[in-house]
Amino acid sequence: MSIATAFFYLFSIGVIASAVMVISARNPVHSVLFLILAFVNAAGLFLLAGAEFLAMILVVVYVGAVAVLFLFVVMMLDVDFAELKQGFLQYLPVGMLVGLILLVELVTVVGVWAVAPQTVLTTPTPGGLSNTAAIGEVLYTQYVYLFQAAGFVLLTAMIGAIVLTLQHKPNVRRQVIADQNARTRASAIENKKVPSRAGV
Amino acid sequence: MIIGLEHYLIVAAVLFTLGVAGIILNRKNVIIILMSVELILLSVNLNLVAFSAQLHDLTGQIFALFILTVAAAEAAIGLAILVTYFRNRGTIAVEDISMMKG
Repeated sequence: MSIATAFFYLFSIGVIASAVMVISARNPVHSVLFLILAFVNAAGLFLLAGAEFLAMILVVVYVGAVAVLFLFVVMMLDVDFAELKQGFLQYLPVGMLVGLILLVELVTVVGVWAVAPQTVLTTPTPGGLSNTAAIGEVLYTQYVYLFQAAGFVLLTAMIGAIVLTLQHKPNVRRQVIADQNARTRASAIENKKVPSRAGV
Repeated sequence: MIIGLEHYLIVAAVLFTLGVAGIILNRKNVIIILMSVELILLSVNLNLVAFSAQLHDLTGQIFALFILTVAAAEAAIGLAILVTYFRNRGTIAVEDISMMKG
């Protein structure tokens, strides 16, 4: 058994065990932490498959941004999670049934793939490039419009998230630049006649 | 023993199944549902990367990149909706979201 095989099994068991814990943990914070562990293990699997760039992106985007976002929301919302957990046992049989059927179907598909591997069409890779450079070569030439579209998707998501969560409270004073610029000496300064020994 | 495509596909299949089971089992907690969706997208990414390595074709990895983008956007929008909903209703139970009779 080679090192790569050992690591493959290590990461596979890690990602599957973490996924089980994500859907069965009692505390949602633990769920998020196990989600992070699953992402890190999946990044290891990506590395073993030779997709170094995607592995690093997975760690940066998922662990660094998405999982931390989940953690923020879980901790920010003061929700009674014990009450939300109540239906777990009630849904267990149907959930297990659907999961089992799905697993059998998927493994059947994979089994067919293992029986008839000659259906694989191999295409040549651009030689002599690292994974990241090769992805860049393809992404910025052949898929440049899709790349721009992905950027627009992210922009839309950003604007949408801001619009959804931004709220204006009525009794909070805000800075209005136009009002500040519109001030003149005449409107801002006032001469007062102060009587002697009387104070203002 | 060489790690072949089948190994990756089986891991991805198990991960996908766990994600779907998570959606069904945690039907009351929308945060766990969102996390299960992330697991499903991760299994799809795993499939794409495995096929990309097997076929020596980078298109799979490009697609995985786009799926990553969409997953991040989906998580951001979903959590924003969740925060707004919690602010208005004080709960995040999915069963209460039945105003549109869906």
